[in-house]
Amino acid sequence: MGELTAQSPMDGMMPTRIGGVALREVDLGALTLVMPYRGADDALSGALEAGHGLRWPDAGRMTGTTERGVMWFGRTQALLIGVEPGEGLSVHAALVDQSDAWAAVEIEGDRAAEALARLTPVDLRTGVFGVGHTARTEVAHMAASLTRTGEATFLLMVFRAFSRTLVHELGTALEGVAVRAAR
Amino acid sequence: MRLPCPICGERDRREFYYAGHAVALERPGEGAGAKAWDDYVHNRENPCGETRDLWFHESGCGAWLVVTRDTASHAVLSAVLAEEAAR
Repeated sequence: MGELTAQSPMDGMMPTRIGGVALREVDLGALTLVMPYRGADDALSGALEAGHGLRWPDAGRMTGTTERGVMWFGRTQALLIGVEPGEGLSVHAALVDQSDAWAAVEIEGDRAAEALARLTPVDLRTGVFGVGHTARTEVAHMAASLTRTGEATFLLMVFRAFSRTLVHELGTALEGVAVRAAR
Repeated sequence: MRLPCPICGERDRREFYYAGHAVALERPGEGAGAKAWDDYVHNRENPCGETRDLWFHESGCGAWLVVTRDTASHAVLSAVLAEEAAR
């Protein structure tokens, strides 16, 4: 069998800069979807603290960082980022390795929110969607996860198969916003 | 139209899938007659006014909701998790 070379989802498409907004691919490392069994929320939260020093997030929030953290990922679901799950977790929750399933992009720039507002129905104003807030939503009709990681920085995740479509959609939105701002 | 998801907060209608009247939560019991099953499977009210519908927060948190809204004024009155409404 020949030598296989791992390719990242955004290989050859990022980093790039469009209309003053930077797009960077993020390698989140190990991604594990954690789904607590019925009635096991507290036990799971305890096991997360004990084993990894991480807290289970409230709905729409993330704890820790995008290098090592837990991101709320839907009703009774969260994504464990950058950590190999310890033995203690599987007693309380179903775990699914999704490390290679997602394409993750960091979008940074003053007009990032304005461009994203063209693609998603989520209210992105800082008073509503602040740093550390996360949402499952749609972005250009694709199932997505969107997190504000800084005042003008977002982490956007879509299924890996949609990475090229995402780059295209982001490009169109960013170019449109830039043209409008230049007028 | 925005729906107040109990988990996510107020969200745009685009994130939801509409699944009709919440009668689906009231499954007839064992031994119920043909009439009850006919109503459960086929017959639906078409109210002018308050109605209870099932909505699936498909692009959001993935929860099923029972939304109460007014078909005449288009006001959205409330939304609760279907798992709680079904209890």
